[in-house]
Amino acid sequence: MKIQEADAKSLLLAQGLPVPAWELARTPGEVKAAAQRFFDAGYARVVIKAQVLVGGRGKAGGVKLAASPDEAAEIGSRILGMDLKGITVRKVIVGGAVDIVREYYLGAIIDRASRRIVLMASAEGGVEIEEVARVNPGAIHRVAADPQLGLLAFQARGLGLAIGLRDSLLSQFVAIAQGIYATMRANDADLVEINPLAVVAGTATDGSATQKLVCLDAKITLDDSGLARHPTLESLRDSEEEDPTDAQARKLGINFIRLDGTIGCMVNGAGLAMTTMDLVKHYGGEPANFLDVGGGARRETVCGAMELILDDPNVKAILVNIFGGITRGDEVAAGLIEARSSQSREVPMVVRIVGTNAEAAARLLREANVETATSLDEAAEKAVALAKGAAR
Amino acid sequence: MSILVGTDTRLVVQGITGREGEFHTRAAIAYGTRVVAGTRPGKGGQRAIDGTVPIFDTVAEAVAETGANTSVIYIPAVGAADAILEAVGAGIKTIICITEGIPALDMIPVVEATRLAGARLIGPNCPGVTSPGRAKVGIIPASIHKPGRVGVVSRSGTLTYEAVQAMTDAGLGQSTCVGIGGDPIIGTTFLDVLMLFRDDPETEAIVMIGEIGGSAEEEAAAFAAVHLRNVPMAAFIAGRTAPAGRRMGHAGAIISGGSGTAAEKIAALEAAGVRVADSPTQLPKLLLEAGFRP
Repeated sequence: MKIQEADAKSLLLAQGLPVPAWELARTPGEVKAAAQRFFDAGYARVVIKAQVLVGGRGKAGGVKLAASPDEAAEIGSRILGMDLKGITVRKVIVGGAVDIVREYYLGAIIDRASRRIVLMASAEGGVEIEEVARVNPGAIHRVAADPQLGLLAFQARGLGLAIGLRDSLLSQFVAIAQGIYATMRANDADLVEINPLAVVAGTATDGSATQKLVCLDAKITLDDSGLARHPTLESLRDSEEEDPTDAQARKLGINFIRLDGTIGCMVNGAGLAMTTMDLVKHYGGEPANFLDVGGGARRETVCGAMELILDDPNVKAILVNIFGGITRGDEVAAGLIEARSSQSREVPMVVRIVGTNAEAAARLLREANVETATSLDEAAEKAVALAKGAAR
Repeated sequence: MSILVGTDTRLVVQGITGREGEFHTRAAIAYGTRVVAGTRPGKGGQRAIDGTVPIFDTVAEAVAETGANTSVIYIPAVGAADAILEAVGAGIKTIICITEGIPALDMIPVVEATRLAGARLIGPNCPGVTSPGRAKVGIIPASIHKPGRVGVVSRSGTLTYEAVQAMTDAGLGQSTCVGIGGDPIIGTTFLDVLMLFRDDPETEAIVMIGEIGGSAEEEAAAFAAVHLRNVPMAAFIAGRTAPAGRRMGHAGAIISGGSGTAAEKIAALEAAGVRVADSPTQLPKLLLEAGFRP
């Protein structure tokens, strides 16, 4: 689950990480009032950032500076409501603009190959890390946290030294790196990214110049499997931004991804669902979706899944492929027949059900005059033919 | 011979009284698997599966009383990581975890503890392991198997059934079928299973079922190129048409940053001399083309 920058920053703050103050605003008036408070606190400018769950907000015009409360309101009115990579901006954060001396990158991920949490750091911060990985992979330094003891201070220090930090900045970096590791653990996150991790200039109370590392941006994604034990994190799900289809699929407990083809697919198991899509394509068709109804799918789930498929007007044919293990074929067949009787429009369908209770399923489908197939290849070919027939 | 499970398997079922645990234990016994014990804290001393299997409070007691050497876990996600550690602590060396939805961060220290104890963990989020004609541990339907000499290793569940069914339909039996699981952090990788198959005298050909995400298939290909040159191999990779950056159900199956695509995996496998099928039904034909004589 992706969460907004403001929420990610709150999770970092909870672990004691240095994050400059911000305020959330939903209207130009709120932007202006928030900006006024930052100007009153002594900032010369404020930054206004769109809160949407997509990368590259700056390039797309979703991040701007303002030198007065009025300008902030004007910028707020432009960003709020704008379309940013297909998503309408409904909220922004407002913060005091800091004096950036240098930008670094720091991230933590779950690395499948080493089966450890790996921290990555680079002196080339403030740009997309994927771009750095492509152009200058040597500029990204990594360290794998101990699987049982966590990120040890010497490991974090080694990473800080590798990106050129020394003295006070190095010790600040060690605390931040360990804080990011702690944030990951505390929230069951599968990614925590600070980009940029910035060195900002300031003035100490005695008037001398200071340098401090702060987390200027934050991106966190949470492991869906961990959400059950963090009930408060569920509230960070951005329901305004969540696609209604995604929300419906989540309620049904199925995995559903809309694509742009014409053949709706319903399959049990993620690997088999991908394979079914691949075969549709192999036989000259285009899948309209990825849909894994999961293990042990019941009648209601099948009905709900069918509705999601039919909501897509591009769907010209439906392919159902069930290999019953835990899932009972006759349950699925009954669900399909029920869904069919109540569905809003007639779409040709081919059903292949093998494995557990396949014979009972076949009987039900025969009685209901549903087109069937025995092999996956046959089912895919038939679905492609049905879709083409319907298109004519 | 076979790998991981066989006639010498003495199985303890962790979570034997649960719905899935009981259902699949019955199927395992019907298949001929030696199920010696079950565990369920608080029900020690009772018996499960119509009185045929003794229940213990702990895995350690089950091991001490019955000589169990293999465990299968049907415990819900919230307690599954602990169940693996309990089996490790009891000295079990082969642990098969069927449970889906264990948080990935739980698995990092668990996999390490398993490794340090010299135990082997299969899964989590896997369909289990079957050595046809000998033992079946997990949820793979018994009916699709046929004893033989092809080793099958897969990251998927139902797709494994599809591939195994295709093999059996073509008359190609299996030595052992291993579902390694679709999660980001798993105990046993393709590479580990390929090494076991290489050392198994009864496995004469190998089928590998991979999918998009990660680099485990590429590592397996590199191993096959050097160590399995004389073993007929065929593979299938699911997710050729998957869009980048979207998670296709399995937590592991996400393509990002240009690595982990089906095209890259297929290229790596073909470069290693492994034939790659367009459909699971082609796998038997490709094995025969690779020189396998059943």
